[in-house]
Amino acid sequence: MHELAITEDILRVAVEHAQRAGAQRITAINLVIGDLSSIVDDSVQFYFDFLSPGTLAEGAQLHFERVAARFRCRECGQEFTPQDRDWRCPRCQAVGGEVIAGKEFYVDSIEVE
Amino acid sequence: MAEMKVVEKIMAANDQIAEQNRRLLDERGIVTVNLMASPGAGKTSLILCTVEALRGRLRVGAIEGDTASRVDADRVATAGVPVVQINTGGGCHLDAPMVRYALNRLPLDEIDLLLIENVGNLVCPAGFALGEHVNVVIASVPEGDDKPYKYPGMFSVVDAVVINKTDLLPYLDFDMVAFRELIAGLNPEARIFEVSCKTGEGIEAWADWLAGMCS
Ligand SMILES: Nc1nc2c(ncn2[C@@H]2O[C@H](COP(=O)(O)OP(=O)(O)OP(=O)(O)O)[C@@H](O)[C@H]2O)c(=O)[nH]1
Ligand SMILES: [Mg+2]
Ligand SMILES: [Zn+2]
Repeated sequence: MHELAITEDILRVAVEHAQRAGAQRITAINLVIGDLSSIVDDSVQFYFDFLSPGTLAEGAQLHFERVAARFRCRECGQEFTPQDRDWRCPRCQAVGGEVIAGKEFYVDSIEVE
Repeated sequence: MAEMKVVEKIMAANDQIAEQNRRLLDERGIVTVNLMASPGAGKTSLILCTVEALRGRLRVGAIEGDTASRVDADRVATAGVPVVQINTGGGCHLDAPMVRYALNRLPLDEIDLLLIENVGNLVCPAGFALGEHVNVVIASVPEGDDKPYKYPGMFSVVDAVVINKTDLLPYLDFDMVAFRELIAGLNPEARIFEVSCKTGEGIEAWADWLAGMCS
């Protein structure tokens, strides 16, 4: 549901940067989205198709770079990718860890002409 | 054609307004708590219990976020609490502009502790700063002990986890030890409170913790 607000913000960021650079048109927007940020790509695309016409980003391609969740074990420092229902450290079996990746959510770059 | 580096966090606009909200709340000395939970976990019940527990000690105000109705705001108003209802019109979370709207309509001079009931949802509210000082998730026993696995985004950012409906523990196989272990592994700084809004058990420790932040 909240992809609408998010897509508005993606569009705002992209257009502001393109305008500042004096670009005519945005051809692509490259997004980095962590798996823990609970953003649905298709839904962002849907709202983008709806919001972008008439802006500098009309017709731009959205590229989604997904970042998997990573934990760092609080007991032994091992970094690992948590599984659905198994958050045990593969080295020492402690449960969970500090989230070191997976919460990313930003516009990495835009392609303009 | 050229690629331009941007690296700008999305939702910066919301975060800016949240920051303004926080500044206003700080000026007025109002400690603000963002209460998040699934539908029916007991957000409104916890607000009502907290108001009773702190009566005479702190003046509580509330913002009630809901997709459509005024039911919760009316329940809270009946307890003598200044409250503003925000209907998100189907939206899945409160955002900072909505809270700003509510702050403009609350008697801020009469409030020490502001409790914000977010929309019932464990996903989106965690991503939208409101200007709050404290983030709390309520997990209720009937929802099961595996919630952190499903919503790590939420459980890893909160300052406290309230486990509500503990009066139902004898009837359900909720593994409290496993649940606490998950929280501790994901977010060791989070305080954990076991409460029952029905019997009142555990409410005092929770209310004392809030009061401690207001002094
Ligand atoms: N047994 C038991 N029932 C509870 C407890 N706390 C709340 N309830 C019941 O759970 C139901 C939902 O409580 P609410 O406080 O309305 O929950 P909520 O999270 O505000 O719900 P929404 O605003 O609809 O998302 C009500 O029927 C409450 O009476 C508790 O500690 N024990
Ligand atoms: Mg409620
Ligand atoms: Zn380990």
